Amino acid sequence: MVVIILFSILGFIIYRGISVISWDFLTKMPDDGMTKGGILPAIVGTGYLVLGSMIFAFPIGVLSGIYTHEYLKDSWLKTFIRFMTNNLSGIPSIVFGLFGMALFVNYLKFGDSIIAGSLTLGLLTLPVVIRTTEEALKSVEDSLRLGSYALGATKLQTIHRVILPVAYPNIITGLILSIGRVSGETAPILFTVAAYFLPKLPSSIHDQVMALPYHLYVLATSGTNMEKTRPMAYGTAFVLISIVLIINTLASILRRRLGKKVKMN
Amino acid sequence: MKKFRKIIEKFIEAVLFSSSTITSLTVILIIIFLFKEGIGLFKSSPLEKNYVIEVSKKNPVKELNATQLKAIFNQDITNWSLVGGNNDSIILFTTSNITDYYSEEELGSNLEHLNEKMGEFIIQHPNAIMYISSKSLPVGFGGHNVKVKDISVNDFIFGKQWYPTSEPIPSYGIWPMIIGTLMVTLGALLIAIPLGISTAIFMAEVAHIRIRNVLKPVIELLSGIPSVVFGFFGLIIIVPMIQQTFHLVVGETVLAGSIILGIMALPTIITITEDALRTTPQSLKEASLALGATRWQTLVRVVIPYSKSGISTAIILGIGRAIGETMAVLMVTGNASNIPHSFLVPTRTIPATIAAELGEVSYGGLHFKALFALGIVLFLFTIIINLTVEFVKNSGKRSRA
Amino acid sequence: MIQASAKNINVWYGDFLALKEINMSFEPNSVTALIGPSGCGKSTFLRLFNRMNDLISNFKLEGKITVNDKDIYAKDVKIDEIRKSIGMVFQKPNPFPKSIYENVAYGLRVNGVNDRRTLDETVERSLKQAALWDEVKDNLKKSAMSISGGQQQRLCIARALAVEPSLILMDEPASALDPISTAKIEELIFELKKEFTIIIVTHNLQQAGRISDYTGFFYLGELIEHDKTQKMFLNPSQERTQNYITGRFG
Repeated sequence: MVVIILFSILGFIIYRGISVISWDFLTKMPDDGMTKGGILPAIVGTGYLVLGSMIFAFPIGVLSGIYTHEYLKDSWLKTFIRFMTNNLSGIPSIVFGLFGMALFVNYLKFGDSIIAGSLTLGLLTLPVVIRTTEEALKSVEDSLRLGSYALGATKLQTIHRVILPVAYPNIITGLILSIGRVSGETAPILFTVAAYFLPKLPSSIHDQVMALPYHLYVLATSGTNMEKTRPMAYGTAFVLISIVLIINTLASILRRRLGKKVKMN
Repeated sequence: MKKFRKIIEKFIEAVLFSSSTITSLTVILIIIFLFKEGIGLFKSSPLEKNYVIEVSKKNPVKELNATQLKAIFNQDITNWSLVGGNNDSIILFTTSNITDYYSEEELGSNLEHLNEKMGEFIIQHPNAIMYISSKSLPVGFGGHNVKVKDISVNDFIFGKQWYPTSEPIPSYGIWPMIIGTLMVTLGALLIAIPLGISTAIFMAEVAHIRIRNVLKPVIELLSGIPSVVFGFFGLIIIVPMIQQTFHLVVGETVLAGSIILGIMALPTIITITEDALRTTPQSLKEASLALGATRWQTLVRVVIPYSKSGISTAIILGIGRAIGETMAVLMVTGNASNIPHSFLVPTRTIPATIAAELGEVSYGGLHFKALFALGIVLFLFTIIINLTVEFVKNSGKRSRA
Repeated sequence: MIQASAKNINVWYGDFLALKEINMSFEPNSVTALIGPSGCGKSTFLRLFNRMNDLISNFKLEGKITVNDKDIYAKDVKIDEIRKSIGMVFQKPNPFPKSIYENVAYGLRVNGVNDRRTLDETVERSLKQAALWDEVKDNLKKSAMSISGGQQQRLCIARALAVEPSLILMDEPASALDPISTAKIEELIFELKKEFTIIIVTHNLQQAGRISDYTGFFYLGELIEHDKTQKMFLNPSQERTQNYITGRFG
């Protein structure tokens, strides 16, 4: 049943979308009330947003995961940080949108910009990155830690030389999956960065950009000429889904590859 | 050298620690900013900034609440006696119907005589109620100000009308959205729970390892599909389908939202339920089988009770996902802000309202604050859900220990 | 002369008194076996000597542990220095997922030794001491995960020897191995005691009888008897030791 649902969605969008895809569609500016042309600015915009949010969320998330899992003993602090992280991951994305607008756009006066959108998206993914890191560290056997301590290694040396080399395939895989998540988010960027129609590429991190998911939303709901924008919508949905599919596949290939490598040498 | 290394270790530990505080900090900042912007709604008059309600000095009415004002301007109340005044009929006057009383020449081409005419009007029509800009009041104006009561939390939550831009008095009642959100969520759960749990049972207990190896990534993939794509799919396939099946004027209904949300909540429910089922110790299952129980009996009497708290967690997190989901719902439920009386009428949810309207409001205005107040409501919902999850998890641990 | 000793040791985990009034000392170049039923405190006692118990959050110690006449629980002592001077071998082989060479070199590297020549020499010497050199000398770059369980355990011993410890702690080092690998480990212990002092926890009474010079019998957190192994097994002075050794409980 679940398989049928998934494949009907995928099948439908791929079937309708693939005929729209062409080199022009991927590399041209949108034109003529979004009924013609391509979606290049949306692709580039999504790229920038993903990059920006990851620069923020990856280091902080991984470091935070290491701290909570390796350093914190069972105490109220650990319970508190865990609870807050869980809370953060339960907050709806639209609330992140509100927050991003209030803090980054208005209070810090970034305006609608790539930096505001990236930071909002980054905060949204942070709990995912932390949890991924913790899970990866949890799967490292305790005997390795003890073995390293017994040889006089300090905590940091143990983490750096033994634990991370074992855990990193899983961490990387998780990070890649979270990229997929970020590239599809719409609600948080509505009020922090996304432009309705902006047929040019951004020149700095203070510019607004178009983004694929928002572009799809616009095409699907508020086009003035539904008949003509529909194919564009199919095409955009197809690109969006392809990105997610590619990222998922990449992640599972990488997991297998790196997993093997760690065992081999 | 040794000392240097110690310092570096301490430094790195400090960096790690500060990273781990970021999530907590964010949660706190979210609370601060939501409340900072949203709570202002309840301390302000429902009137637009710089606009006032004026009546004649002879009129004894000093204060009105939003509902009364609304009724007056909708002409549901036409006599002052109904709001505590004399038995006189009410004459409405707003800047938009000013030309009913004065010609353009009288006002002047640049409205230079406007203020003067306002003063005249209130003396000529002692039974009038005026909704005008405070800048249009002449010196020595012959009327007095009517105080309008602030918006109350009660009005906000239980108010049945959401007309955020109506003049002169907007209504910010979110009751229809609360009901709408809950109905869409309920519908989604009715779809997702049976389907999700049976899939999880199938995967954990029945399916061959090879089928499982196919299903697992499929479900991961399902959870990775962006919500706009779900919304798009719903808009194009499910909405017309519902419209035709039930012969409706519009297919954008609670039901459409429920179906899409149901599909979207599936991965959460399946994954967590399956993990919970898997934690049942093999020895327990074997003990039950050894006593002559069938596989099905073992499942119902041993495995499911053992994983009860995990399954509950799955359901509650599914609710959380459904309540907060924005884009897909926005696209398929039709955005009508009335209380839905069946699954086949349009509705709108809290997150969808925020997404649809925040782009169009002026920063810091009443409408803006109202949307942030909606954000607070949504945030409180999720906090309650998270606390419940935490509670269920802990009680599960305790009953097992 | 005394290599290591424990004086008036009491250990708590929270409210639970895990070890009661233990006094024990270990001569250089001797093998002491700690025996007793599960949960009797023998592993806890062993882990006192390299402060591994410090990793447990509600652990509390009373008494004095000395190694080479140094109080290892004194305030000014650095834990990693202590652990470096005392080798430990665990129940299950736990090689790091690195090459054989890097496993042995690990203890040196974390202490800042990166000189190639020193590393090469140490790796070769340690592997020879652990009787593994001939089996792996052509495959030093191979993953430690690819060799057999018995070889892995000897690799872990080599890893412990590389930092030139004065005392080696072994926590049931052969319990996860097949009989042939076990025999090799026992042989190795016999060789090693020429240079090192060894304390070994074991469940296997025959093993204790075969390899140790002294035996300590623990029961419910108390040291019931501590004597020459021969005497313990042939003529124990305590009835409880007699009962345990002849298999009446445990």
